[in-house]
Amino acid sequence: MSSAPAPAGAVRSSARRAARSAGWAAAAVVLLVVLWEVVKAVVPDTGWHVGEASVLPRTDDVAMPHVWDVVTRLGQPETSAAGAPTVLGAMLQAGWFTLRVAAAGWVLGVVGGGLAAVLMARWRVAESALLPWVVLSQTVPLVALAPLVVGWGGRIEIGAFAWQKWMSVALIASYLAFFPVAVGMLKGLQSPTTAQVELFRAQAASWGRTLVSLRLPASVPYLLPALRLAAATAVVGAIVAEVSTGTRGGVGRLVIAYAQAASGDPAKPWAAILAAAVLGLVAAGLVTLLGLGLGRYRHAEVS
Amino acid sequence: MSDARTALDEQDAPAPVAVPASTVTAVPDGPAGPATAVDVRGVSKVFTTKAGTVTALDDVHLRIAAGEFVSLIGPSGCGKSTLLRLVADLDEPSSGEIEVFGRSPRVAREAQDYGIAFQQAGLLPWRTVAANVELPLELHGVGRRERAARAADLLALVGLTDFARHFPHQLSGGMQQRVAIARSLAERPSLLLMDEPFGALDEMTRERMQTELVRLCAETGAAVVFVTHSIPEAVFLSQRVVVMSPRPGRITQVVPVDLARTAERTDDLREDAAFFAAVTAVREALHGGTPATARGVDVR
Repeated sequence: MSSAPAPAGAVRSSARRAARSAGWAAAAVVLLVVLWEVVKAVVPDTGWHVGEASVLPRTDDVAMPHVWDVVTRLGQPETSAAGAPTVLGAMLQAGWFTLRVAAAGWVLGVVGGGLAAVLMARWRVAESALLPWVVLSQTVPLVALAPLVVGWGGRIEIGAFAWQKWMSVALIASYLAFFPVAVGMLKGLQSPTTAQVELFRAQAASWGRTLVSLRLPASVPYLLPALRLAAATAVVGAIVAEVSTGTRGGVGRLVIAYAQAASGDPAKPWAAILAAAVLGLVAAGLVTLLGLGLGRYRHAEVS
Repeated sequence: MSDARTALDEQDAPAPVAVPASTVTAVPDGPAGPATAVDVRGVSKVFTTKAGTVTALDDVHLRIAAGEFVSLIGPSGCGKSTLLRLVADLDEPSSGEIEVFGRSPRVAREAQDYGIAFQQAGLLPWRTVAANVELPLELHGVGRRERAARAADLLALVGLTDFARHFPHQLSGGMQQRVAIARSLAERPSLLLMDEPFGALDEMTRERMQTELVRLCAETGAAVVFVTHSIPEAVFLSQRVVVMSPRPGRITQVVPVDLARTAERTDDLREDAAFFAAVTAVREALHGGTPATARGVDVR
């Protein structure tokens, strides 16, 4: 009983948890593939209709290509032009581009959301002034915001620094990532019990010291899910922003370009959708890794 | 005090004499000591709520000598916790004055004159037991090596040396509370403020903790202000029991507990006639006059 390697144990158990949830995720993918093929086999090509109303959509090869067709398509060249990369290659390249932009947006959103949360935790006035705007901000559609950001950004040029288009995309992605972080972290910063807060007060600890030694560590269990959610929304934000700003090189561009090929090459748009989904999973997964080293901060309060 | 031992040995030990309330306010002094730990003079506390104003404390006078163990007892809402919080500078009195070792509570708090323990252990779940005990020292910039040495001493004092590297959630409620008490002793305070620290514990753990606290206080020589619901607990621990009544919160009586010197109190005392006599005296003081106000008191 004299040695208690609890942090190591916590890391081990959270690694086991991660492995188990990865297993369930794989099972869900398999289930989805089976469901897809069953619907395709059972429902007639023209879909199901009740009277005039369409209940299930068309299931012909143009609307719902076979899963194996989509997978096969991944390995084939993107276009018939000589030297064109495979669809998979193009997906990976676009995914890498979008992932980096989304990561920049995520970092920006996390820093901004974190600062907002600390401000709101420090001053009640800041909370009542800021929180409604934080919530309201998420009701403005990204598509409406994108041209504004591009318009403003285009005019920024300080010395050698010139505003790049990907920066607009990252900024828009950060706008989405900001929200869960601000709200989740505020809740976490306010989570210490009265006894804990008064203990620090009784020790004459400054607010800053209380923040570092009490409120920040206490916010970790709230912050990690918020960071994961922020990663997923940053990817979605980046893709939507790429589409609405017309940025080339990312998954957003891929989605548009492949969708235009849908009628002649039905498997292609599904490849782009797959790329977007996988990208979101990869981003959220990377953030989950952050939590592995923080096991000791993730115990629920017992006393 | 010196002949308390002999008084204990006799079956017909005289029951402690309860001091009437009027005498208390006129002569608030405890046993005349060389130094005063806490001096409360004419303190009132009024809380303003949506429903109106509540007088939590009304013209309270109390003086606690250095090294003295004093319990505050009374039904819910009698202001005993409020009084403790005022001394700790976690709240400010509406009127009146409080001095802690001759200084204002704020200065005393900033100078770390007191250690404090609440009903909830309030341990930080991400810190080991040792790191929790070190927290007050860390907050005041004590060096790593000195902190570790002090934490080891304190954990030995509360019998948790083997659990230094455990985390709070691996400990039972009683053990967590012992960690909290060790933490409150970290700065070697000459005053301990305890707000029902054993309130959430089962009866057996509670009695063991009381015996331990008596020993700890003897070793550290700290004055203690101890808020409790339990009459036997107050009697077992204290040199004086301050009985309070609610609406408005007032001190009704101060019952001196004339048992063995607190350092020599052991579990045997719990079955002693003098102990029962003191329990009866406190109970009568609580129920005295208006028995209805004593509702909610734990008579275990």
